[in-house]
Amino acid sequence: MDVQIRNLTKTFGSLRANDAISLSFAAGNIHGILGENGAGKSTLMKLLAGFLQRDSGEVLLDGQPASLHNPAASLAAGVGMVHQDPMDVPAFSALENFFCASPRSALPSLAVARQRLTQLNQQFGFTVAPDQPLARLTVGQRQQLEIMRLLACGVKVLILDEPTTGITAAQKTALFAALRRLTAQGETVLFVSHKLDEVADLCQTVSILRSGRVVGAQLPMPQPQAELLKLMFGQAGAPAPPRQAAAPPAPASAVPVWQLHQITVREGALSVPNLTLSLPRGCVVGLCGLDGSGQQLLLRLLAGRLHPERGRLLLHGTDVTRAPYRAFRAAGVEYLPADRMHDGVIGAMTLTEHLLLTSEQHGLIINRADARTQAETAIAAYNIKATPDTPLVSLSGGNQQRAMLALLSAECTGLLFDQPTRSLDVVSARAIWQRLLHRRAAGTTIVFASADFDELLAYSDLLLVFFAGRVSRLLPCPTMTAARLAELIGGVGFAEVAAHGG
Amino acid sequence: MDTQQILINLAAILAGAAPLIFATMGETITERAGVVNLSLDGKMLLSAMTGFAVGVHTQNVLLGFVAAAGVGMLVALVLCFVSLGLRLSQTAVGFVLALLCTDLSSFLGNSYVRVPGVAVPAMPIPVLQDLPILGKILFQHDLLIYASFLLVPLVWWFLFRTRAGLTLRALGERPTTAYARGVPVLPLQLFYVLLGGALVGIAGAAYTLDLKQGWSYRHIAGTGWIALAIVIFGGWNPWRVAFGCYLFGALQIFATRSQNLLPNIPTQIFQVAPFALMILILVLVNAGSNPTLQRWIEQLPAPLSKPVQQVLARLNTAAPAALGQPFRRP
Repeated sequence: MDVQIRNLTKTFGSLRANDAISLSFAAGNIHGILGENGAGKSTLMKLLAGFLQRDSGEVLLDGQPASLHNPAASLAAGVGMVHQDPMDVPAFSALENFFCASPRSALPSLAVARQRLTQLNQQFGFTVAPDQPLARLTVGQRQQLEIMRLLACGVKVLILDEPTTGITAAQKTALFAALRRLTAQGETVLFVSHKLDEVADLCQTVSILRSGRVVGAQLPMPQPQAELLKLMFGQAGAPAPPRQAAAPPAPASAVPVWQLHQITVREGALSVPNLTLSLPRGCVVGLCGLDGSGQQLLLRLLAGRLHPERGRLLLHGTDVTRAPYRAFRAAGVEYLPADRMHDGVIGAMTLTEHLLLTSEQHGLIINRADARTQAETAIAAYNIKATPDTPLVSLSGGNQQRAMLALLSAECTGLLFDQPTRSLDVVSARAIWQRLLHRRAAGTTIVFASADFDELLAYSDLLLVFFAGRVSRLLPCPTMTAARLAELIGGVGFAEVAAHGG
Repeated sequence: MDTQQILINLAAILAGAAPLIFATMGETITERAGVVNLSLDGKMLLSAMTGFAVGVHTQNVLLGFVAAAGVGMLVALVLCFVSLGLRLSQTAVGFVLALLCTDLSSFLGNSYVRVPGVAVPAMPIPVLQDLPILGKILFQHDLLIYASFLLVPLVWWFLFRTRAGLTLRALGERPTTAYARGVPVLPLQLFYVLLGGALVGIAGAAYTLDLKQGWSYRHIAGTGWIALAIVIFGGWNPWRVAFGCYLFGALQIFATRSQNLLPNIPTQIFQVAPFALMILILVLVNAGSNPTLQRWIEQLPAPLSKPVQQVLARLNTAAPAALGQPFRRP
């Protein structure tokens, strides 16, 4: 199905998320839509999917104006979208998800749905068992399920929003093969990404958005990478971050920040057994592995949020195996969880109020003026785009993250950071890392988990790879490559780097 | 207690729990669709009173039930308007409605207290009523009680075996997903909340037009709250919810019967005991997810703690994930 977009505009308050977008996508092709975070890609796709309503403009499908004023209308017109965070129901089984809200004409009964799911699984080499609870599927499998569901519903234009975030290399291969096969059947695929290599690998045309405007319309691939980067980021450009110089090795006599002796941590079904490690002062340790391989367990162990089942944990040489969380904080350990809004900050409260909460206060009455001054200093020092009285929920992701950094005490010696730059664009991410490296230079040890290879390789001094409940030894980062890291995460050659052979 | 007495008691439990069945099934549907209707208790009272009054004036039981269901739907409509339409707190609105309806029923129903009214006629089922044991327990009731027997499997079948039921559950789990798949979220939620309201209305009238056969505020007040608790205890699953209703019915019958056996104990204790026991059961059932209780259980000797943990883990159920969160169209 051909898709033509004419002058599509969508505003959120004063922000023009999509500003008079005109693009056209021919049937039977994979079209890449590139742009940095906040460029308006997702908004545009959600408009096509009827998930959001356009302010003005029109969309033609095969030359006919299409209303697309809600998801039902879009689906009926043959446009379906796989959202970045798959839109499914975690409490249902895979089959129930597949069947839920499907048109009766497509899937008349649950039995037919089961057949169809099995058949689609085979057709695309996907691995979604019908009776698995969705909660047990990986993000990649949930995405596969959504794709199959939309196809079963008879979608002719398939939109994928950042589909390669959080999926394994094998799943990515299967996904790309499936998409190519779909276009061979005449489907139109819109592939939204901010990863150039993927778009280059997969797409026949590429369109680039920047700040809600089209800056490159259906350019035929291949295009020189430098050209695309220039379009995405403007004249300044923003190639992959250069590798940082390694931290000078800590003197052998210095006491490591954390020492782990044969520690086993467990939470629910997930456990990391028999961990012996020593994390020196003033370095950056990157934790990598598939989602939920135990990185968060280690972070929370180091933060004092989770007590080990067995083993001994030393912090600055003191035994803290059973110490409460506040002992860790008193020793200068700070933990920044991945879900900022949920676990990190209190959305409705302002920076001033956060400073009041985190700082030591004496007496009954809070010193507002003092906190306000602190907030102003923090705003200037961390370049936060906010006033001391802006509720944090209304800040952008990058500003929230900087605000969180501003809240950390200056004396912190160990900083644990889960996904420091997730969902931030390159510029914001770099600003965050600049701050973090500044702290490293002051002797803070930073342990962070990330799914982004570039980030891991660019900023870590040491790497720990998690695979299926096992942890590698500390690997020096300078000798590591992205390809090797991808293999290790998938378990290829893991035995060579495993700490104790399992 | 002889066999005959036991059979009579069992039959009384089944009959006595019928209004609770209607109320809890209504609330189960409502909450599965993602809406908490806290007004249950007041709504039951108001519809009980209205149903009775309409029955008295028209001398028609059916009209009484229709009126009661109508009142239930009307209160549900108010809740929907404020919580789904204006997106205000479901808890606050439900609470206020509960208080309002309670007082309204006692005020408006003042002149109907101790007035003879109409009642659902007994309707033993021919042939089946003569079955040994089962006949006495199951088949010597009236239409309303039979309906309560059928309602439980019907609601279960609808929720877990039909396409519409799957969509209904999706509304309570993740309405945004339902929306993204083209489901009209708010109209459907409205529909199911009204349906739940109608069932709660029928539950109210079941007291005044059947079980108690007369209107008295004091006889019904409080059951709506226990119904809310039973829905949670039952993990939003019709079978388990029904089990909770019958358990509560049994506790009540047991309390009344023990009153005669232990005359020295104040009667208030027997009236309150079922409620206290229900709370205890609620705590136990949800212990599986409570870290403090978990720790206590771990302290038990090993041969005891393992099976206890397993049982609790099995009993533990998650609420519909989006329960009580108003849907906002993206």
